Amino acid sequence: SFQIKKLVYVYLMRYAEEQQDLALLSISTFQRALKDPNQLIRASALRVLSSIRVPIIVPIMMLAIKEASSDLSPYVRKNAAHAIQKLYSLDPEQKEMLIEVIEKLLKDRSTLVAGSVVMAFEEVCPDRIDLIHKNYRKLCNLLVDVEEWGQVVIIHMLTRYARTQFVSPWKDDEAGEEYSENNFYESDEEQKEKDRKVKATYIMDPDHRLLLRNTKPLLQSRNAAVVMAVAQLYWHLAPKSEAGIVSKSLVRLLRSNREVQYIVLQNIATMSIQRKGMFEPYLKSFYVRSTDPTMIKTLKLEILTNLANEANISTLLREFQTYVKSQDKQFAAATIQAIGRCATNITEVTDTCLNGLVCLLSNRDEIVVAESVVVIKKLLQTQPAHHGEIIKHMAKLLDNITVPVARASILWLIGEYCERVPKIAPDVLRKTAKSFTNEDDLVKLQILNLGAKLYLTNSKQTKLLTQYVLNLGKYDQSYDIRDRTRFIRQLIVPNEKSGALSKYAKKIFLAQKPAPLLESPFKDRDHFQLGTLSHTLNSRATGYLELSDWPEVAPDPSVRNVEVAESPKEWTGILGKTKKEKPAEKFYSESEEEEDESASTSASGGYLESNLHPTAWRTSGSESEKEDKEEGSSDESSGSSSSSGESSDSESDNKENTAKKTSRAADESDSEDIKKKAKAISRKRSTSSSSDTESTSSEESSSDSKSESDSKSDSESGKSRSATSSKKEEKTIQDRKAPNKQDVFLLDLDDFCPVPTPVAVPTAAVLSPSLTADLEGLSLLSSSVIDVTTQVSVPTKTHELLHRMSGKGLAAHYHFSRQPGIFGDCMVSVQVTVTNTTDQKIENIHIGEKKLPPGMRMHEFNPIECLEPAGSITVSMGIDFCDSTQTASFQL
Amino acid sequence: QDYFGVCSEVMIKDNVVVVYEVLEEMLDNGFPLATESNILKELIKPPTILRTVVNTITGSTNVGDQLPTGQLSVVPWRRTGVKYTNNEAYFDVIEEIDAIIDKSGSTITAEIQGVIDACVKLTGMPDLTLSFMNPRLLDDVSFHPCVRFKRWESERILSFIPPDGNFRLLSYHVSAQNLVAIPVYVKHNISFRDSSSLGRFEITVGPKQTMGKTVEGVMVTSQMPKGVLNMTLTPSQGTHIFDPVTKLLSWDVGKINPQKLPSLKGNVSLQAGTSKPDENPTINLQFKIQQLAISGLKVNRLDMYGEKYKPFKGIKYMTKAGKFQVRT
Repeated sequence: SFQIKKLVYVYLMRYAEEQQDLALLSISTFQRALKDPNQLIRASALRVLSSIRVPIIVPIMMLAIKEASSDLSPYVRKNAAHAIQKLYSLDPEQKEMLIEVIEKLLKDRSTLVAGSVVMAFEEVCPDRIDLIHKNYRKLCNLLVDVEEWGQVVIIHMLTRYARTQFVSPWKDDEAGEEYSENNFYESDEEQKEKDRKVKATYIMDPDHRLLLRNTKPLLQSRNAAVVMAVAQLYWHLAPKSEAGIVSKSLVRLLRSNREVQYIVLQNIATMSIQRKGMFEPYLKSFYVRSTDPTMIKTLKLEILTNLANEANISTLLREFQTYVKSQDKQFAAATIQAIGRCATNITEVTDTCLNGLVCLLSNRDEIVVAESVVVIKKLLQTQPAHHGEIIKHMAKLLDNITVPVARASILWLIGEYCERVPKIAPDVLRKTAKSFTNEDDLVKLQILNLGAKLYLTNSKQTKLLTQYVLNLGKYDQSYDIRDRTRFIRQLIVPNEKSGALSKYAKKIFLAQKPAPLLESPFKDRDHFQLGTLSHTLNSRATGYLELSDWPEVAPDPSVRNVEVAESPKEWTGILGKTKKEKPAEKFYSESEEEEDESASTSASGGYLESNLHPTAWRTSGSESEKEDKEEGSSDESSGSSSSSGESSDSESDNKENTAKKTSRAADESDSEDIKKKAKAISRKRSTSSSSDTESTSSEESSSDSKSESDSKSDSESGKSRSATSSKKEEKTIQDRKAPNKQDVFLLDLDDFCPVPTPVAVPTAAVLSPSLTADLEGLSLLSSSVIDVTTQVSVPTKTHELLHRMSGKGLAAHYHFSRQPGIFGDCMVSVQVTVTNTTDQKIENIHIGEKKLPPGMRMHEFNPIECLEPAGSITVSMGIDFCDSTQTASFQL
Repeated sequence: QDYFGVCSEVMIKDNVVVVYEVLEEMLDNGFPLATESNILKELIKPPTILRTVVNTITGSTNVGDQLPTGQLSVVPWRRTGVKYTNNEAYFDVIEEIDAIIDKSGSTITAEIQGVIDACVKLTGMPDLTLSFMNPRLLDDVSFHPCVRFKRWESERILSFIPPDGNFRLLSYHVSAQNLVAIPVYVKHNISFRDSSSLGRFEITVGPKQTMGKTVEGVMVTSQMPKGVLNMTLTPSQGTHIFDPVTKLLSWDVGKINPQKLPSLKGNVSLQAGTSKPDENPTINLQFKIQQLAISGLKVNRLDMYGEKYKPFKGIKYMTKAGKFQVRT
């Protein structure tokens, strides 16, 4: 059974390496499973096969991956992409072959595959940036639809890519301003954006802009990893003025669990060092709660310190005061250090900080006191002179403090400034000399130092003491101390052997020491890419890829232009025998149901030999009274499919999508109806064509294909119907109607603009003859208009189906409307916008020869009778891809 | 958790096979594969009592042998062919207040973290739109992938095809800049005396700016300093527990009655000989207010398109305390 199989798979994956022979036995099973009709089985077979880490089967795996990479199912292809990485880790020698597969998969248009293949790309050949060029724009555009984990990988990859391909936007910060006010992410406006960009003084590469625009919505993702990835992308790529938008999202992430918090805070810490302004408005979000774990607390503190400036320092210091009292002593100590850093960075408050710290010296907690001592020492060092009082105070403390670092600090201070406290210093030395043997090494060294300094400045009082200390040091257990003792003795105690050096002893010991710089531990992290493991660890992790610097000159952007030849896999084709699934009888029975309707007619398309010239697509319709219609239908050949019925579906769907009300058309079409009824009978049997439509039939059939039509059944009666017909012989009539129709078309105008990816179609060549034929042609228009309020406005991407040049002025774009299929469960709805860019009318646009792979069904739109110059119309069609990504190809 | 309700050791042990399968589906070679729970549920059906019975009788398994159609479709988060007899859509607007209140009772920081959790049980492929009375409040939001971002940008309307079952539609953040009304106040008087080993302890909780709603489920917890040995307290309402090992005091207040404010008074006994703790403990507060979204967010209307039936709709508001701390 399936479950057992799965568990066996799991077992095999785990133990294959240990029991290779056993695993080999099973391989033939998987090979068989790779050909299974169920895509799930194919996929899991591939998964298991690639997970068996046995070197002997590498060729088999290679073969399987190659095969799977051209599988119909995107799911299987996705798994193939995963398998690439596994095979690569098993046998890196296959690299070349794998790169080929990756290259192929990168061209894939499925969002499912994109994430995985980029992951494989990163793993196998991250330096082959040339593979990305052609897919760059596609990846940018698909990004929003890719599943979350894929997004993360793609964003990281694109960050690296962009760093190598675009010039730095940081040189000219204002440039980006102009755009930031607009909504970038409206795909509709892309074209306009492009135009504006050209005008801008500083011209950011449009592709660069595209990337930034497309990633911005992802900041709203619910997945923290995605947000983080986008944040780092903006950090590394965006102009400084725009990078600010990520901070809001990052602050939002602080609400999630503490692991996420930790990583995010680390990244914020790095960012906040370089650009304080970014997070300043969110200062209060970084206030520490007593329930936070210590690691979070210290990170927050770090950020607060980074953000400190003259304006907010007073509030910050007040906040710090509370922290110092925290029960978490480690945190309190960190706070003291933070205060120290603030004090050095902002000179105005140094004195306040110092006073505060001195107050802390009387704290009962040892760690706090010790930390303050250390910080005070550093502060005093940066501010030489006139702090004698503090030093005296600290000297008194020496008796109580036990923490070695603090003691050592005090001793050092006294030694350094012994001239300022001439009375205390020898006394201190006396005390410490007494306890020398019990001190920590660190303190001992400082005692020695102090002794040496005092010896040099005040040798009368301290000579004996120093010698005593040096003697103690000589026999100390630590060689470090013995060493130091010897060194100091030679240096300061004059004897016959020591030469000129001892003369300089005073200079050596009492030289001005440079003040230590109090710096953030995150200072040096910015050379790592944000959001990477290396950044978190602050050391290079294996597999870390250096983010390159901006290039001086942008490499040729034209490499990203997709060439015409290699474009649309979507539309290369096969044959279509599937159309006949919906029996004609069914359709007619439907229309019989509509008998009550006033002018019920039905249109049916006769599908004559499919492989003829495109014009072989002839439609014959019947109309007017129901008897006529039945008659007409019986006349239809058995091969007549329900295509035109379906196409009226698509027509109505089109109207739903665009939500256009074309009630105006109603009046006109009514009159046309009458005219046509008269003509109908004569036309009925003619093979050329006659046309008509009416909304009821289309509504009926669309409701049949299960979707939204129920909601509008009530509005049916008031619906407009426009039906026009034209025949070759009846040109005059047609011409007269044309202006009327244009109203309809104009209303139908859909407002998207194409993405700049020029994607041409192999059918282009075949198209011109068909067009010419069409122009003199038979046409059929059905536009039944339904007033529906569903506004389905999905961020859609438009793909160009037919470029206007190659199509002799006829341009077609398609996009997936991301709607539940209107024609059936498995139909994917595709909206095709046809635009006429010539100055002549184009007539009879319809789907010509279709080549569909077995199992695929296509639901084409009603032929468009006539397209006015500069007019455009949107039609919908449904395609049942049967879970495959085989391309559907057809001719217009 | 989606599978078993609770995640515990026993649960995992009982369902080790299912867990194995789920993990196997989720990860491939360490890379995330399918993490959408709707898809996983279709691949590997969650165990129910009924299914266990059926499985043991028929010998079938709870592994789906068809690839879920959703994964390949344009709405990967929704299963196809969903059917319910009563169609219902519930939305819970839950807001949590994170705040730090200082000694004197003034607010140091306060922000609101809100989520809208939905439970949608609708047949077919419904297309929902949700509009707010005051969408301007939401400026920092993150959405479930089903929400159409463009629509939100242009019209401030949430339009989406919902996943089936429970999911988090969006979460938002109303930051400290906006004035956040703090619904409760805490009066405290905690003092430790240096000389004796006794300290005084007194807390009173009261409502403030609740817009007429009652504050429920109030719970006060406080981490006492290490030096505290025991506490003898008398609450005017509710029960209290002091754990001498973890030094955690918790006081379950319940409902606040504005006429008679709940208070907790008593003495603290400190370890003899140790000096007094240098810091007073912070007080953490939890509470709930039903039928109120403290930020003032209100859902205007919910419409459904795409299906003909009339769904049952419901909206619930709730305000909770998130990380609500009072420094003393």
